[in-house]
Amino acid sequence: MIPVEVFLTFILMLSIFLGFELINKVPATLHTPLMSGANAISGVTVVGAISLAGSGQQDLANWLGAAAVALATINVVGGYLVTDRMLAMFKKRGS
Amino acid sequence: MDILTQYAYIVSAGLFIYGLKQLSSPATARRGNAISSLGMLIAIVATLVGQDIVDFQWIAIGIVIGGIIGGTAARMVQMTKMPEMVALFNGFGGMASLLVGWAAFAFRPDVGTFTLVTIILSILIGGVTFTGSMIAYGKLSERISSAALLFSGQQVVNSLIVLGIVASSIMFCLEPSSGGWLFWVIGLSLLFGVMVVIPIGGADMPVVISLLNSYSGLAACAAGFAVDNNILIVAGALVGASGIILTQVMCKAMNRSLTNVLFSGFGSGKVETSKVEGEIKPIIAEDAFYILEAASTVAIVPGYGMAVAQAQHVVKELAELLEKNGAEVSFGIHPVAGRMPGHMNVLLAEADVPYDQLLEMDEINPRMENVDVAIVIGANDVVNPAARENESSPIYGMPVINVDQARTVFVLKRSMASGFAGIENPLFYKENTRMLFGDAKESIAGLVREFS
Repeated sequence: MIPVEVFLTFILMLSIFLGFELINKVPATLHTPLMSGANAISGVTVVGAISLAGSGQQDLANWLGAAAVALATINVVGGYLVTDRMLAMFKKRGS
Repeated sequence: MDILTQYAYIVSAGLFIYGLKQLSSPATARRGNAISSLGMLIAIVATLVGQDIVDFQWIAIGIVIGGIIGGTAARMVQMTKMPEMVALFNGFGGMASLLVGWAAFAFRPDVGTFTLVTIILSILIGGVTFTGSMIAYGKLSERISSAALLFSGQQVVNSLIVLGIVASSIMFCLEPSSGGWLFWVIGLSLLFGVMVVIPIGGADMPVVISLLNSYSGLAACAAGFAVDNNILIVAGALVGASGIILTQVMCKAMNRSLTNVLFSGFGSGKVETSKVEGEIKPIIAEDAFYILEAASTVAIVPGYGMAVAQAQHVVKELAELLEKNGAEVSFGIHPVAGRMPGHMNVLLAEADVPYDQLLEMDEINPRMENVDVAIVIGANDVVNPAARENESSPIYGMPVINVDQARTVFVLKRSMASGFAGIENPLFYKENTRMLFGDAKESIAGLVREFS
C-alpha cells in the first residue's frame, strides 16, 4: 500500500504543472480578475477548516477552525462575487 | 474521510480547472468564474455532509460572518481599490491556512513527522502571507508610507529571523509535545511577513501582491497536506502557479529580477548622471483640441494617475468624441501600469471601453510611428524613453510604450514632480511633446468641452 503522502505529493506535482499551463493562456487584460478569482479559489481552505470547526468538541481546535471558516469564506464569497462583477464589465466592441 | 466526499472533490477539481481554462478569453471568462464557484459550492457541501462533522453551529456562524463581510466588500469596493482588496484577501487566505495548520495540530498532536512539517509550512507561509499582505495593503492605501523602508543591519535582522524560524521549526518537529516552539514559529513568521514587505516601495507593489497571491495558494496547499485533503492541494497549487506566473510577468515588464525587487529598495543605489536637455512646452486645452481634431489615429496611454484622478469615465467620453470625429482610437496598456496586473484594463472596462480596443505594449509599439497623437494620462515611468536611450538611467532596459515615436505627444500631468520611482523623464522635454498641466480628470473634461 502506497502511503497517503506520496499520493498527495503526486497530486501536487501534477497540479502545479497544470496550473502553469492554464494560467499562461490567460490574457494580460484579465490579470486582475484572475487574481481576485485566485483569491476565491485559495478560499478552498474553508473545506479543511469545516472539518475542524465541526468536531463537536469545545476545544482550541474547534475555535481556530471556526475562525478559519470565517476568514476563508470572506475569500470565497468576496472573491467570486467581485470577479463576477468585474468580468461582467468586459465587453466587445459593438455589444 | 467519506468516500462520496472524495468523489465530489474530483468533480470540484475538474470544475476549478475548466473554469480557469475559460478565463483564456474575455468572452468566456464570466462563465468560467461561475463554473469555478460551482466547483467550490460542491466541495463545501460535500464536506458538510461528510461523516466527520458532528456540530454545525460554529461552521454556520463562521460561514455567515464570512459571507456577509465578503459579499459586502465585493459589492462596495471601487474598481480603483482592487489592489487593496486583493491584498487584503491574500492576507485572509494566509491567515486561514495558518489557523487550519494550528488547529490540525491542536486537534491531533500525535501525528507523524511528515504531517508536522506540513503543519509548520502552512503556519509559516500563512503567517508571512498574512502580515506581508497587511503591510502591502497599508502601503497601497497609503495608511502607511509607501516608500521603501531600509535600515542598516536589515539583512542581519532578517537572517536572524530566518534562523529563528528554522530552529524553532526543527525543535517543534522533534518535540511537538512541548508546545512552546509552535508559538515561536507563529510569532516569527508573522514578524518575517512584515520584514519582507517594508523594504519594498509602492511602485513595486504589482510584484508584491502577485507574489503574495501565490503564497496564499501555497499556504492552502500546505494546509491541505496538514489535514490530508487533496482538493486543498489541487486548488492551492493552481493559485500558487497563477501568482508565480504573474510575478514573472511583472518582473519582466520592469526588467528586474525578483531578488532585485525583494531586496534592493528601488532607486536607493544608483545615481543618475546625465541631465535632461530641452525645454518644457505647456499647452492649453483649446490648442490641444485643434491638434486632436485633425488627428486620424490617437493612442491613449493610461497610468496609475488615471486611477487616482478617477478619470476613466471622462477618458471614455473623449475617446468616443474622437471616434465620432473620424479618428481611430486605441489604448496602450503597459503591464505594470497601475498597482496590480491588469488594473488599467478593469478601470477602462468599467468605463465601458470595449476590451478589443485595449492593446498590450507589444501590440501598440509597432504602430506608434503612425499615431498622430499619443495622450499620456497619469503615466510616467512606463513611457520614459530613457529606458531605451540612457544607459545610466535606473530603468534602462525596461520595456516601455514608445509614445515619443508618435507625431505629437500630450502628457497630462499634475506638476513637474518626477514619477513614483523618482526618475527624470526626458519625454517631457522632447520636441514633439506638449504638457497639459492640471488634474487629469479636469484636463480631459476640458478637452471634452472643446469638442462639444
